[in-house]
Amino acid sequence: MLSDQDRIFTNLYGLHSPGLEAARKRGAWDGTKFLLEMGRDWIIEEMKASGLRGRGGAGFPTGLKWSFMPKKSDGRPHYLVVNADESEPGTCKDREIMRHDPHLLIEGCMLASFAMGAHACYVYLRGEYVAEKHALQRAVDEAYEARLVGQSNVHDYPFDIYVHHGAGAYICGEETALIESLEGKKGMPRLKPPFPANMGLYGCPTTVNNVESIAVAGTILRRGGAWFAGLGGKNNTGTKLFCVSGHVNKPCNVEEEMGITFRELIDKHCGGMRGGWDNLLCSIPGGSSVPLVPGEQIVDAKMDFDTLRNLGSGLGTAAVIVLDKSTDIVSAIARIAYFYKHESCGQCTPCREGTGWMWRVMLRMAEGRAQKREIDMLLDVTKQIEGHTICALGDAAAWPIQGLIRHYRSEIEKRIDRYSANPHSDPVPMAAE
Amino acid sequence: MTKLLIDGTEVDVPAEFTLLQACEVAGVEIPRFCFHERLSIAGNCRMCLVELKGAPKPVASCAYAVKDCRPGPNGEPPEVLTRSGTTKKAREGVMEFLLINHPLDCPICDQGGHCDLQDQAMAYGVDSTRYGENKRAVEEKYIGPLVRTAMNRCIHCTRCVRFLAEVAGVPDLGAIGRGEDMEITSYLEQAMHSELQGNVADLCPVGALVHKPQSYNVRPWELSKTESVDVMDAVGSAIRVDSRGREVMQIEPRVNEAINEEWISDKTRHVVDGLRMQRLDRPFLRENGRLRPASWAEAFGAIKTRLQGVDPKRVGAVVGDLAGVEETFALKALMAAIGTPNLDCRQAGERIDPAWGRAAYTLGAGIAGIEEADAILLVGANPRTEASLLNVRIRKRWRMGPLPVGVIGEPVDLTYPSLQLGAGPETLADLAAGRHSFAQVLKDAARPLVIVGMGALARPDGAAILAAAAALARDVGAVTPEWNGFGVLQTAAARVGALDLGFVPGEGGLDFAGMTAAGGLDVLFNLGADEVEVAPGAFVIYQGTHGDRGASRADVILPGAAYTEKSATYVNLEGRVQMTNRAGFPPGDAREDWAVIRALSDVIGHRLPFDSLGALRRALYAEHPHFAGIDAVATSDAVASLERVATLGGSTQRDAFRPGVADFYLTNPITRASRVLAECSGLARSRGLEAAE
Repeated sequence: MLSDQDRIFTNLYGLHSPGLEAARKRGAWDGTKFLLEMGRDWIIEEMKASGLRGRGGAGFPTGLKWSFMPKKSDGRPHYLVVNADESEPGTCKDREIMRHDPHLLIEGCMLASFAMGAHACYVYLRGEYVAEKHALQRAVDEAYEARLVGQSNVHDYPFDIYVHHGAGAYICGEETALIESLEGKKGMPRLKPPFPANMGLYGCPTTVNNVESIAVAGTILRRGGAWFAGLGGKNNTGTKLFCVSGHVNKPCNVEEEMGITFRELIDKHCGGMRGGWDNLLCSIPGGSSVPLVPGEQIVDAKMDFDTLRNLGSGLGTAAVIVLDKSTDIVSAIARIAYFYKHESCGQCTPCREGTGWMWRVMLRMAEGRAQKREIDMLLDVTKQIEGHTICALGDAAAWPIQGLIRHYRSEIEKRIDRYSANPHSDPVPMAAE
Repeated sequence: MTKLLIDGTEVDVPAEFTLLQACEVAGVEIPRFCFHERLSIAGNCRMCLVELKGAPKPVASCAYAVKDCRPGPNGEPPEVLTRSGTTKKAREGVMEFLLINHPLDCPICDQGGHCDLQDQAMAYGVDSTRYGENKRAVEEKYIGPLVRTAMNRCIHCTRCVRFLAEVAGVPDLGAIGRGEDMEITSYLEQAMHSELQGNVADLCPVGALVHKPQSYNVRPWELSKTESVDVMDAVGSAIRVDSRGREVMQIEPRVNEAINEEWISDKTRHVVDGLRMQRLDRPFLRENGRLRPASWAEAFGAIKTRLQGVDPKRVGAVVGDLAGVEETFALKALMAAIGTPNLDCRQAGERIDPAWGRAAYTLGAGIAGIEEADAILLVGANPRTEASLLNVRIRKRWRMGPLPVGVIGEPVDLTYPSLQLGAGPETLADLAAGRHSFAQVLKDAARPLVIVGMGALARPDGAAILAAAAALARDVGAVTPEWNGFGVLQTAAARVGALDLGFVPGEGGLDFAGMTAAGGLDVLFNLGADEVEVAPGAFVIYQGTHGDRGASRADVILPGAAYTEKSATYVNLEGRVQMTNRAGFPPGDAREDWAVIRALSDVIGHRLPFDSLGALRRALYAEHPHFAGIDAVATSDAVASLERVATLGGSTQRDAFRPGVADFYLTNPITRASRVLAECSGLARSRGLEAAE
């Protein structure tokens, strides 16, 4: 269990003031100038040494990502974009950071921007995050007032930070769609390559990072990459905000060491499983877009990127959705399928057409009004979407259903049997006349 | 150059090629819907997915650059597999997704037979459906009188959106909604504000956008296709005339990189019904003030009678906007035989003299050459209405990089930003004197381009304006042996050819205004000039195709052939010689124009020395060799002719330049006979009124 000294987000629950004074007392903005004076390369090396992997879902090493930015500007400005479009169902970690520890984020923006030669940073907020927008804007205003950021600031590095409020589309959490939206266009993902580090916002080198990845940067640099790397396991270092929701006694957000077991996470922080451990059906460990993992496989699994990947799922955003045996698992996945159908941007064919198809089949399967051969067909459709789309939303829509079929095919079949065993007066199809 | 293995074949292609281009080099066909060579890359249909060895998932070959491919671990060239299982599965999957919501209405769909989706479903699809749910239904949209929508069929490739935004330069179409609810729409249910809207239906890979005027009329396999050239404006777009039996059913664009790339204007395309209506299908004679049908013999007889005893100096001939070089040549020969110097082809009244050299009445830089210009000055020219496809080229050039465009004349929306410098000759004088900042822009440009339009030339001081513009062009260094940056924007297809022939008044001859004025002539031979008023008095022989203004003022009407019904030579505004082909026969008794003139010459006793088109062309080429160079632009000494024009001098008036083309849709007798174009014109007019409010 993570000791209190090793916590980064010391005001996660909003027990103290989010204001600048209080944040400073908690350690934010402490020695930032010193860190900047250590130089760009040192910052990137420390970030690499910390082993921090992106907290937005994909788990790409953050230090490595920063190092992709051109070392010297070719005349174009560099940008840092912070992805605060936190829309993944189950995920609510960035919300707490922006509400209660916004100065950690702002300081992280400054450090990260410095590390990649950016003088401007945009924070793209999810449309529904109105309170968070106010909270973050207040903190930004405080930072400007205290001359911590701005064109002439105490750190002698001209730096501006802008809070941009999105319009509430899940797809705008995809980094290139976010960039499009920020440019004022329709939020549709771009084709890659070119990658944002080369051609991003307004055609300039850009790095898009998750709020949590940026917010932890200040503390990592202050305490050293080695400290962060010492937490968790190899390749899965540091602390992580877990958002536990679902059928636990006390759903919560909690900062924990990477690699904590599922059982420990639930028992220590969430008051245990609702109805005891025998009642656990399964868990979706990384937000709605990763495949579910059956209870017996996950209960003693380490919550980190690699372990969950080996279980055929993923850590994602560490939004742990816990489902007990009262859950209608087929309906639950059908509901997730509806979410992806609703949030598909419509740009590319497989996702646009496929998400609706999958949802409709899932809807029937939830009732049992389907044929058993359709299960394989559905699996085939998910495979036809996966990997054939411009962005990862197609994959995200396909995986939950693949997970369901992988682990609960018998449940679907049972339902189909039950439905067909009973008489149903199906509506007589009418020709459209 | 980068080496690449495509299905085992090694190709060496430039690094900036896309995989799709590389595959084409290797001779491998890649299916695609959203990709189009002349539009930006969208990469959204996913039909062109191919397997790239080493990549975790299939890549969209239309968007993936060769330079982004990584070589193998031992430096082997990157390998693309277009026939592998992965590729095949990806294609079949995409095809299935495209078809699940696509209605199975091929039998009643106008696109059937030339549908990309149909063809590719045959080649890359599977033969049965697994989709048992209800299909999506999408409401039809109104996007104008020229394009019919059937949005159920839309596959969201966004070619139409990209065409309008990028090539046509109007933001009229877009996509609203998300996911499977995404719809292509004009949102306001308004007609597209473009003179190129028909092209969106050509671009549509399915039957979602089809041509409204000919909908449900034709099937592609019923049509015989004739490659020809358009005469609706002086651009000379390459077209394909599709006819069924003797009737022209549709006109489609043909690729000509030098002129129209692969677009045509709506006037070019939808003039089709004008070719059927109001046709002159037999000779007519005016008797007691009324025209009555007559036989050829009667008509020729009447002309012969009227010509007897008339002083040749009181006979004249004018040529209109649609006449081919052959008939103009024949008419000129006939007039020479009669012995009259009264000839003119400059129907708009423009002050141009072919004696100044060819560079003074053509656009020497060429249409494709516009892409090299780095500053453009438009003097009394509105290329959007006078030569739509030339405007497309300027827009294309503007999209490539900064291009200052100055406009002297009426303020117009050219679909790209332009600087309104002034309204009339005074601004031109300011520029010439260096009193205007744009003069410096032209001077600084390496290849400035000065285009003078009919709005500036078709006025009494036209020659002086041309001289002033030429002087300006000379002073800013627009014309050098390498770059001919001075040109005239012609608006009539016949004009350059007629000027090349020297169809202008001879020594002491009357010009257009003189011939059509009261008391000017006794006998006027009018070859398709319908845009002028002929004063009462003269005996008018009108030879043309449509019962339009010219025919109503005629004493004898000789029915001729329209441009789709004859093989005729036209010279476009850049001086390119092109030839139309016959797609059908003229209606009724109408005959090819050169043959009519030849027959008439025999009757009136001046038999012309050719009795076949071949013989006529031999005579023509002997006299004017450059007409033999089909599709070529004859070179001329631009520097000398510019110098000559620049020193003409003359004083200019103060009036502002008037538009060269008053109504884009109705510029000649064929367009005025078209119901479709009349509707477009009405719509454009009402829109103008709306905008004025």
